[in-house]
Amino acid sequence: MATLHARGPKPSRLTIGRIGLYAFLILAALFFLLPLYTMLVTSLKTMEEIRQGRIFAVPEIIGFNAWKTAWSGACMGTQCLGVRIGFWNSVKITVPAVAISVFIGAINGYALSFWRPRGSGLLFGLLMAGGLIPYQIFLYPLVRLLANLSLYNSVAGVVLVHVIFGLPLVTLLFRNYFMAIPEELCKAARVDGAGFWRIFLEIMLPMSVPMVVVASIFQFTGIWNDFLIGLVFAGRDNLPMTVQLNNIVNTTMGERAYNVNMAATILTAVVPLAIYFFSGRWFVRGVAAGAVKG
Amino acid sequence: MQPAVSVKDLKIAYGDHTVIEKLSIDIAPREFLVLLGPSGCGKSTLLNAIAGLQDITDGEMWISGKNVTWDEPKDRGIGMVFQSYALYPRMTVRKNLSFGLRVAGLPKAEIDARIARTASLLHLDTLLDRRPSELSGGQRQRVAIGRALVREVDVFLFDEPLSNLDAKLRNELRVEIKKLHQSLGNTMIYVTHDQVEALTLADRIAVMKDGVIQQFATPSEIYHRPANLFVAGFIGAPAMNFIEGRIVVDTGTPIFESNGLKINLSGYPLLTSFKAGPATLGIRPEHLAPDGAERGWPTIPGTVSVVEPMGADTVIWFDWAGDSLSSRVMGDVTFVPNTRIAPGLDIAKASLFDADGVRL
Amino acid sequence: MQARRRRSPAATIALLPTWIAAIFIYIGTMVWSVRLSFTDSTIFPSSNYVGFAQYAKLFRTSRWLASLENVLIFGVLYVAGCLALGFVLAASLDRKVRFEAVFRTIFLYPYAMSFVVTGLVWQWMLNPTFGIQASVRALGWQSFVFDWIVSRDMAIYTVVFAGVWQGAGLVMVIALSGMRAIGEEQWKAAQIDGIPVWRIYLSIVLPQLGPALAASGMLLSMGVIKTYDLVVALTGGGPGNATEVPAKFIMDNLFERQNLGLASAGATVLVLSVIMAVVPFRYALSMRARRRGAH
Repeated sequence: MATLHARGPKPSRLTIGRIGLYAFLILAALFFLLPLYTMLVTSLKTMEEIRQGRIFAVPEIIGFNAWKTAWSGACMGTQCLGVRIGFWNSVKITVPAVAISVFIGAINGYALSFWRPRGSGLLFGLLMAGGLIPYQIFLYPLVRLLANLSLYNSVAGVVLVHVIFGLPLVTLLFRNYFMAIPEELCKAARVDGAGFWRIFLEIMLPMSVPMVVVASIFQFTGIWNDFLIGLVFAGRDNLPMTVQLNNIVNTTMGERAYNVNMAATILTAVVPLAIYFFSGRWFVRGVAAGAVKG
Repeated sequence: MQPAVSVKDLKIAYGDHTVIEKLSIDIAPREFLVLLGPSGCGKSTLLNAIAGLQDITDGEMWISGKNVTWDEPKDRGIGMVFQSYALYPRMTVRKNLSFGLRVAGLPKAEIDARIARTASLLHLDTLLDRRPSELSGGQRQRVAIGRALVREVDVFLFDEPLSNLDAKLRNELRVEIKKLHQSLGNTMIYVTHDQVEALTLADRIAVMKDGVIQQFATPSEIYHRPANLFVAGFIGAPAMNFIEGRIVVDTGTPIFESNGLKINLSGYPLLTSFKAGPATLGIRPEHLAPDGAERGWPTIPGTVSVVEPMGADTVIWFDWAGDSLSSRVMGDVTFVPNTRIAPGLDIAKASLFDADGVRL
Repeated sequence: MQARRRRSPAATIALLPTWIAAIFIYIGTMVWSVRLSFTDSTIFPSSNYVGFAQYAKLFRTSRWLASLENVLIFGVLYVAGCLALGFVLAASLDRKVRFEAVFRTIFLYPYAMSFVVTGLVWQWMLNPTFGIQASVRALGWQSFVFDWIVSRDMAIYTVVFAGVWQGAGLVMVIALSGMRAIGEEQWKAAQIDGIPVWRIYLSIVLPQLGPALAASGMLLSMGVIKTYDLVVALTGGGPGNATEVPAKFIMDNLFERQNLGLASAGATVLVLSVIMAVVPFRYALSMRARRRGAH
């Protein structure tokens, strides 16, 4: 204080606080990245290397054999066809389920916010309540129902169940979104002579593209990552990737091929992760929109 | 006497963009200084720099004789009141007032004493256990002022504290702030864009534009002898009348000419000298009297366009040479639109500006 | 608001599929399941009503009781852990750090992964023979022990670990947006008052985040009751009953052990517990809203 005359900007000292902050953040980042790193590294090693027990070491030779096996040769019981099957099953399930549930959710949100026909409040309440309830209580009767409709153990059945269980969330997202749009817009369109469907298809749906993106991302992630519904309703021939993965890893006899297991795990995680990395902002917006309904 | 607050050669710049360049100002102890100017003129930036909330690029800041340029806001001996009150929403009024003192480690007895003093001064006694959400706007602002007062410091800073209030509350609180200054006597630095607040509250006003102080003087000086065109046009409602023309000095007496108008400048309170050439004549509406001819004043002949009766006085708008000028008269008078009028101009109260807008 | 209500057959028809789903699926199947819980159904539904016998049997089953205890331990630690870690991460990112977007991406990516993936990865890392324990031993600490995943006492905590790893990012996002909503002027006032940064977060920021954190807590709690995938992938419920959870108990009895009545009783208990948790919360929310509206 004696020698230095205070003038101009404060000399920025890298305070202990600032260093500590970055240290904490970096440690936390390592904690979060560790599993991803481990998955990757294990999948690239050979079994001999893995048996040495140094799980975090970088592979001596990088080999993609495990990946090839995981994709087309991993065994589930007696069947050794790899997760390739599960991948395409997941695609067959997820894409239609997302498209249908987002579309219906948009219609619901639109109808509940601009038109409010009789019983809307009740319907919305039922949906919100239903969304909180654990699936287990619906399962057995639902299985019987689908069996009666010949939809049990089929892709269509799984898609249907996903759509039904997705209704609360997508309806909520779209209803909140449309509530923020002034209803004068709808009124003006009706004065112009447009009806329910025209207003929806030509005005409201195009306006709700951001929410369509958010809802689709959310639904895609949720449905692709689902385990329970696929397990119960898909049947042996239509198992989604998550179910297949669990079967491969957890129900194998004899020594486990850890590198193949990790490769299969990565392959299962890669699609939603990719969507996450590329959609960044949208993902965060979806999380905030869905969660802060309070 | 040593200034209470002294800003020396302040410079605040972001990359290439300079907001304030080499600004210096000395604020006397016990003075109520108002920083006045339009949005973006740098007044809030200057206030925040004095408070230590704004990083500066160069210059020094002295408060109460101490160099506080590198000091944290809490060590500068200041208290601050914000436009949005900035009260801690989840704490009661009492907790809002005492939080800073508790963190500083003051003994409970002292804290309670200060709260009692401040509460009685600002009439907050009955509100101490309420939350901000349960208070009216005026009450919230008083708590905000109270939070600054409990710090018992020398200098108080106000950042547009009345801008969020409606007109009636604004007038009430303005008077209260003036009374507060009269009873406490602390140095107060007050930022506003409202000239009425400035003129009524200030001991001195610093009018700012684009980061530069245009004039630093008493309200009377700023009103009657504005230093440049900007200050002249900014203060006063309705605004000062401006007539563009030329100053001619060849015949010995300086004359202001414009569109056939010839005004003898002999009675003008000259600051520097009459420069021949383009100039602007400014005259406030209240110094343009319809009966000015009878007093021997030079007249401006025009046509009445709009009459605005304001109760205590009347503003008459009239057209002359394509310009719209205003004249303000006391009381109720009747003037009819589209009739001729020739108000007289009191040259002793006028303002002359050269081609660069500087007062002559 | 009344103006929005208009007779429109098109709107009613558009909502019809959802009505059908709500009534037949949500209500209908739930009623059927509850009905089953009062019968002696095993492999197939039976019409023999046995009153509360299944419920009595349920609460005599050690596996069920263990699952309740586990889900409680897991629930409390998981929600508390996510809220605490999420808040601290958000506060850290709120400090104007470089590479904020990078950190945010890293903290949130686990949320994009399936519970199965999470469970399997953590199972691998916690593997005593090849995982962390082996790695640390190979580095020299021969007596290092980290075999929680096969320990009856500690296995449940591995589930907590994996769960918090996945869920903290969610709380972080919500908390961070709440922090950003707090006006700059409150920060300035606190600086002038001389409040240290950590105290600002604790005494000023945290109370204002109350509603947001409560909502997150609710959301996380809902997830706790539904926990199934994570346990199946991570530990399979073991060792023994150490990580058994109600959702898994129900699933096992529904499809593998062919014990429909018992499973339905379990499912009904689960639903009741959800109702008991949500209703007071909603009531408290509406009470607070009403109180605020009165001013």
